[in-house]
Amino acid sequence: MRRLTVGQCAPLVFAGVMALMPLVLRGYPITLLSYVGMAATAALGLVLLTGVGGLTSFGQAAFVGVGAYATAWLTTAEGLSPWLGLLAALAATGALAWLLGMATLRLGGHLLPLSTIAWGLALFFLFGNLDALGRHNGLSDIPPAYLGSFPLRSANAGFYLIWVSLGLAMLACANLLDSRQGRAIRSLRGGSAMAESLGIPTFRLRLAVFVLAGMLAGLSGWQVAHVQRYVSPTAFDVGPGIEYLFMAMLGGAGHIFGAVVGAGLVTIARDELQDILPKLVANSGQLEAVVFGALFIVVLQRARGGLVPVVLRRLPSRVLSPPPDAPPLPRRTQPAAGTMLLAAQGLVKRFGGLAAVNDVSFDLRAGEILGLIGPNGAGKSTTFNLLTGAAAPTAGRIRFMGADITAEPARRIAGRGLARTFQHVRLRPTMSLLENTMLGAHLRGRAGMLRAVLRMDRAEERQLRAEAMRQLRRVGLGDMPHELAGNLPLGRQRVLEVARALAADPVLIVLDEPAAGLRRPEKLALAELLRALRAEGLTILLVEHDMEFVMGLVDRIVVMDFGVKLAEGAPADVRADARVQEAYLGGVA
Amino acid sequence: MSLDLALLLAQDGIANGAIYVLVALGIVLVFLVTRIIFVPFGDLVAYGALTLAAIQAGERPGTIWLVLMLAALAFLVEAVSLLGRGAAHRLPRAALVWLALPALPALVAWALVGRALPDAAQWALTVALILPLGPLLYRIAFRPIADAPVLVLLIVSVVLHFAISGMALVFFGPEGARPRPLINAMFEIGDMVVSAQTLLMLACSALAAAGLWLFFERSLTGRALRATAVNRVGARLMGIRPGVSGGTAFMLASALAVLSGLLIGPVTTLSYDSGFVIGLKSFVGAIIGGLVSYPGAALGALFVGLLESFTAFYDSSFKEVVVFAILVPVLVLRSLVTAKPADDEEEEL
Repeated sequence: MRRLTVGQCAPLVFAGVMALMPLVLRGYPITLLSYVGMAATAALGLVLLTGVGGLTSFGQAAFVGVGAYATAWLTTAEGLSPWLGLLAALAATGALAWLLGMATLRLGGHLLPLSTIAWGLALFFLFGNLDALGRHNGLSDIPPAYLGSFPLRSANAGFYLIWVSLGLAMLACANLLDSRQGRAIRSLRGGSAMAESLGIPTFRLRLAVFVLAGMLAGLSGWQVAHVQRYVSPTAFDVGPGIEYLFMAMLGGAGHIFGAVVGAGLVTIARDELQDILPKLVANSGQLEAVVFGALFIVVLQRARGGLVPVVLRRLPSRVLSPPPDAPPLPRRTQPAAGTMLLAAQGLVKRFGGLAAVNDVSFDLRAGEILGLIGPNGAGKSTTFNLLTGAAAPTAGRIRFMGADITAEPARRIAGRGLARTFQHVRLRPTMSLLENTMLGAHLRGRAGMLRAVLRMDRAEERQLRAEAMRQLRRVGLGDMPHELAGNLPLGRQRVLEVARALAADPVLIVLDEPAAGLRRPEKLALAELLRALRAEGLTILLVEHDMEFVMGLVDRIVVMDFGVKLAEGAPADVRADARVQEAYLGGVA
Repeated sequence: MSLDLALLLAQDGIANGAIYVLVALGIVLVFLVTRIIFVPFGDLVAYGALTLAAIQAGERPGTIWLVLMLAALAFLVEAVSLLGRGAAHRLPRAALVWLALPALPALVAWALVGRALPDAAQWALTVALILPLGPLLYRIAFRPIADAPVLVLLIVSVVLHFAISGMALVFFGPEGARPRPLINAMFEIGDMVVSAQTLLMLACSALAAAGLWLFFERSLTGRALRATAVNRVGARLMGIRPGVSGGTAFMLASALAVLSGLLIGPVTTLSYDSGFVIGLKSFVGAIIGGLVSYPGAALGALFVGLLESFTAFYDSSFKEVVVFAILVPVLVLRSLVTAKPADDEEEEL
């Protein structure tokens, strides 16, 4: 049997220690730990949303309020069981998050977090002004949850209720992050273009994370309502919303345990500050906010990653072995060599008055390497974007594998078997080589979030992992699969992008200036790899302006200049073409 | 609703809106130059009004201590940064700019407050005390991370608000204050009675909107400030110093904030925590105006004032809900109208 690793031990030790707490501690410390647990549950949502998904919300406290008020109202006014209240809290926060997410998640940059302040405040004022919710006084005399006929009324019972539900939520989140969908969520921060090119539906995934974070807030609200047994609006203002964000970022947004660490430090520090500060100055009511504010700013200036990564870096790193082999994933049937694979007809792309691509047509046949070359500003990259679905053409048609893909989104085109790389390498620097490559195989897996949370995706995960390992070996990166992608030199990062593209089992692979920034031996190795891939029947389209790299490698060349096709043919013919020489050298000497 | 009532509500709404116009202009100003959404702007407005009220009451305002503390902190930050770069010879200049210059008005205020001062001197003291706050906060909180993603700047900004308004509670206590108006007069226009203070506010707002628009569109300094926001590195290559641009923008913002404080204070009672909501409502106005245009922000802010006054007529307890909830559809509409931004979300946070 394998020995347990630190990563596997930590949760068990943590669960054991927490289970024993009520035997060691009595009275107030247990209540305080209950507060930590409730805050950590809400902060866990922000770990997923902000740390992992890259979306910021100042409105988490408002969601906690929605959950708390939903169950409080149903159990007091309607007399329902708190367990039904839990379902209602989760349903209410989930539905509201879905609605708000549908409306605002397409907003770019700072507009999304700003809108969270706006609806956060709107909800806060709503709680304080609705008669049914007790206006500014809130609701009290909320019944405790019952286990059978046993009321979970005591401080210890509340403690266990909170920490067991938090523990389950943490386990679910950890399982989710270590899965196909979890990797996709972690890829979101690399930008939509990269994720969509791998077939990941970014908007739907963002919405899912947003709903998940909202439901974790709903769970926290349910804990608050039935352990504290009263709810009032002040706890759900934007101020507490910032505090949740502070907890997540202090602990280490991006780590499940960051939520507990951050919530613990902030909750206990606040408790201490509330004892000390009133003795120092009058009117100290908001002074702990000043202290937290100052600390938060220092964290953002100096240690944006939070505490958990700092600690993890100090732990001895374990030597991980490469993943075991697994039955191969089903493969696509490659089209027979020589059949028509891709046809561009009369492509035009205008930006205002400028025609970046003007009436360009060419064909690509299965099994060949085609080079698309031209001087700077020739329209190569725009053509590339049109083919891969990153931009829609103004006019013209594109057919791929017999289907019209003009103006199809990148995600759909990826699903048809077209894989691409990026001119400016787009990898997830904080994910391992193996995980980055597994991202490429996203569309070859099926497992959804629920299966991941319940760990029913393990067989498929093993297959994806083994497939990624095969592709890493194929491109010559098999010696360090667990290294972080960000630690590779640029040349090997480009090769890693090729491995990621290969993991998709494509019929056509499109490379955007793969030789840019490579040293000569690296270029030779890359050319060797591409020849080997062609020998295996793969079709390759190469956009490049390194003539030397292209000439010795490709079967045919299309030359572009000023947005139009200048020449097409075998490398030797193209090289002899006077117009091409003029474009590159500014006239024949 | 009768015409008279509508007119009355409209007048009320415009009076409210005039408050938001000045603040919205300041928010747009800071955003255009530094990419920072300066959420604490509203707090500076409250500081302005509360400082004036304290001076009028013959008490030393807590702003004195805040300025001194921030000046010491800013000098510390600057000194550490200078020493880290091995530029110790620039310490005396840093002490002058970040320590002596801001401390001067604080010390003058400390000495003068309590004596019989003419109104104009009280206003001048207030302005002199609030003016350094913007640049100091910028130096301490934002400049060390000026190249960070907009999102980080936004979080810092929101956090800063909580810190500043918490300090305001310590300095000014929980009670609100209302300084004497600058001018005491009422005009009758037809059936309506309009206070001179409201007219003054509207005039100042219009002047500020026009002035800022001219400054940023027409003057070289204004264009240099805007260039900084577009591309810090590019601006630096053109000989524009981003740090100085940011400081200037925050100084202008401080000036606008204290002007708003002096004008708003006498019209509505402000307390230590009033700034946030005023700031956010103005921000809603600025966003409605597109966040890039001064006249647009002014109109958006007036719209918020009108919306607030008409909602309040139907159910006053829900006016905040409506004003903030309106932002969501506004943003959605804007995201549909404006073109999709480039894919620049690489590695946020």
